[in-house]
Amino acid sequence: MERRRASGARSWLTAAAIIAAGVLAPIAALGVAATGGSADLWTHLIAYVLPVAVRDTLVLLAGVGVLTVSIGTAMAWLVTAYDFPGRRIVDWALLLPLAVPTYIVAYAYLDILHPVGPVQTALRALLGIDSPRDFRLPDIRSMSGCIVLLSVVLYPYVYLTTRAMFLMQSANLIDVARTLGTGRGGVFMRVALPLARPAIVVGLSLVLLEALNDIGASEFLGVRTLTVSIYATWVTRSDLPGAAQMALAMLAVVLALLLMEQRARRQRRYANDAQHPRPLRPHRLRVHRAAAALAASVIPIAGGFLIPAAYLVDETLARIRFAGVSAAVWTETLNTVVLSLLATVFTLAAGVTVAYAVRVGQGGWPPALARLAALGYAVPGTVLAIGVLPVVTSIERITDAVLGPLWGVSGGLFLLGSGAAVVYAYTVRFLALASGGAESGFSRVSPALDDAARMLGAGTAERLRRIHLPLARPALATAALLVFVDCMKELPATLLLRPLGVETLATHLYGEAVRGTYEEAAIVALLIVVAGLAPVIALARLSRPRAQAAPDVQAWL
Amino acid sequence: MTHSSIRLRRAALCCLMGLAATTVASGQELNLYTTREPGLIQPLIDAFTKTTGVKVNSIFVRDGLAERVAAEGTRSPADVLMTVDISGLIDLVDKGLTQPVQSAGLERAVPANLRGSKGEWFALSLRARVVYAHKDLNLTSITYEQLAEPRWKGKICTRAGQHAYNTALIAAYIAHHGEAQTEAWLQGVKTGLGRAATGGDRDGARDIMGGICDVAVANSYYVGLMRSGAGGPDQQKWGSAIKVILPTFAGGGTHVNVSGASIARNSPNRAAAVRFLEYLVSDEAQKIYAEANFEYPVKAGVAVHPLIAALGTLKVDALSLADVARHRATASKLVDKVGFDR
Repeated sequence: MERRRASGARSWLTAAAIIAAGVLAPIAALGVAATGGSADLWTHLIAYVLPVAVRDTLVLLAGVGVLTVSIGTAMAWLVTAYDFPGRRIVDWALLLPLAVPTYIVAYAYLDILHPVGPVQTALRALLGIDSPRDFRLPDIRSMSGCIVLLSVVLYPYVYLTTRAMFLMQSANLIDVARTLGTGRGGVFMRVALPLARPAIVVGLSLVLLEALNDIGASEFLGVRTLTVSIYATWVTRSDLPGAAQMALAMLAVVLALLLMEQRARRQRRYANDAQHPRPLRPHRLRVHRAAAALAASVIPIAGGFLIPAAYLVDETLARIRFAGVSAAVWTETLNTVVLSLLATVFTLAAGVTVAYAVRVGQGGWPPALARLAALGYAVPGTVLAIGVLPVVTSIERITDAVLGPLWGVSGGLFLLGSGAAVVYAYTVRFLALASGGAESGFSRVSPALDDAARMLGAGTAERLRRIHLPLARPALATAALLVFVDCMKELPATLLLRPLGVETLATHLYGEAVRGTYEEAAIVALLIVVAGLAPVIALARLSRPRAQAAPDVQAWL
Repeated sequence: MTHSSIRLRRAALCCLMGLAATTVASGQELNLYTTREPGLIQPLIDAFTKTTGVKVNSIFVRDGLAERVAAEGTRSPADVLMTVDISGLIDLVDKGLTQPVQSAGLERAVPANLRGSKGEWFALSLRARVVYAHKDLNLTSITYEQLAEPRWKGKICTRAGQHAYNTALIAAYIAHHGEAQTEAWLQGVKTGLGRAATGGDRDGARDIMGGICDVAVANSYYVGLMRSGAGGPDQQKWGSAIKVILPTFAGGGTHVNVSGASIARNSPNRAAAVRFLEYLVSDEAQKIYAEANFEYPVKAGVAVHPLIAALGTLKVDALSLADVARHRATASKLVDKVGFDR
């Protein structure tokens, strides 16, 4: 029996190792690129770039972290612990900002809040002031503007993970605290929040990695983070080795932080009675408090979704009246959806494989394999794309060398030319979301079930198909949707690796933004948001499952 | 996995293959890699295809064009590499990704200082780095040097110092005045910034209208794009809120930059590629550059757009652009050093 388990596990571990190698290859390619370069780069960086870039990055991350955790956990508690009119709607609507890319939210708000935009124009009219020279609100092209704008679209990650945790928390603990005389606020601060720490940390990690690797909003709003500095090194000074060195250094710091957090968490035990929880019964709020709760929950939805979406709809209508819609936009929508869909399928398959390998591998080194496979999420998109390039073209070259003499024809750029390179880059970049989701889903499957199935003669593949996949479905669906939405929004890798003549919505939008024309930009931006909307709404429905199947977010990352 | 999702996957794969199939190069096609935004060159591509019957497949890549072509190596389908600024062109040449071209047509149309000496690159259109000023401001002329004067403290808007448009201007300043003086100047201009150095050139006009700045450093063709109404009614308002001054270096001329192109080293359709470049400097194409993009044609004798002609007579700075491009890395480092983009 012991031998059979080992042989079944071995093939899963081999597959997972191949996937991890696929993720590591572009990072290794970056390592190779980093070996060249001029020696005076770091002198320059240390003297003039890093002090400010590190400080600004930390300020940005701290600001976004505090805001997203505050909004995310407060909203999660509000919709799980209380009942008020409209709660069913805000419960899922709070996830809508996930569909809005950071670069879109940044430029929408610049338009809305500009001195010559609608808000300040109306304000001046109200105050009887003629010229914007006499009265202006502070410019959003600033650190605080960037923190707020990133936070209103990133808080859903914290909301999603924390809400799942609150939904699973046994009401018993809460009741005990209540009978000991703790008020509802006290319960939140002293019981629910500490118990939800793993979930908050998972959500927060996603938020911080997104913020750290963000280039769209930060660059647009004039905040020079480390990622923006890496760009300047590479693009403006054509110093790819230098940029690769910086990116790898940043990756190392991120890894160290993630490991430290994991170690710190391991010291504590979260003996949540999660297998048989009695869910929290929401407390019904009365008139005033209900209205206040509703208002509080509408603010983040409005900030992260309603306002930018309304702005885009308005601009789109104006553009359609002015010039109509070009047919190219529909092709671009199709390209975007197809690429994202393919990438989601591959990413999910890879994520399940890695997570399952960890499970059947039973401790030792396999968990490290899963951590390695998740590395892509911690590397900025363009830098990763630059690492993917040589890997992809090497595969093409080797294939030609091996198969060329056999077939008598060259495969050419069959990966870059077919879109496979983009799908590969997406998979590497977002595998963490899929493997994390799969791990958390599998962690809900009792080992006893495994043992029983094994006794009845089921192999590893059959157990996966008949036990793990069905039981982990909500968690896997959540992961798939997150991956899909992220692929839809992805820009830098798409831009660099897509086939000749193929545009996606994001690349079209970027082309216009670079030109500063914003001609069809509103239409395209609206399409990105709308196409991302369906999965987000599906995500919202899936993420409020029966308690038994609720994804255990502890295992994420 | 359900049947419907498998079917969807298959459909998706077919779709992707279809996309791939359209990009395979054949005799009457040519492949264009460009850092120039697709909207700006599409009219030229369409006109070329109409005239010659040669189909152009294009891909817009911003950062990493050189890396992509280099990685593709000898199997690269790229025929023509097009960039938005001189540094990008020189970078491609330096990395060995281009090949020389001998063409009487190109040499006749493009002045010698606007092409590589061996025909490794050719400028196709010019633009000037100009100053937008509030229309009521009492200002009729200005030098780049004067932008550092205390009178502009908190009144200048421009895009990021690390953006190619600004690094090229700073590089030209270095070529004129040397590194030390440029640093002091850049420090002065930084003190002049009325907001974070970011965004696009049109934001300069909008921010002047919004009272954030009095002057903005920006490209000439945006004036035409705004004032013509091509970008919609809002932009027309921005364009009319400013007046445009053609600044010069003290004792020199106005800083210009180019969009240009090279033939890729491993171009599979070289003949078509040369034909494309020759077309781009023809009277017809140069007129499109002037009319649709509001740029200055490189070819003598082709008229500029009336909106651009109205800005005044352009006196191009005499420095060689290739020399300017050599100072780009230093310019970029100075931007870091004075903290221009903070």
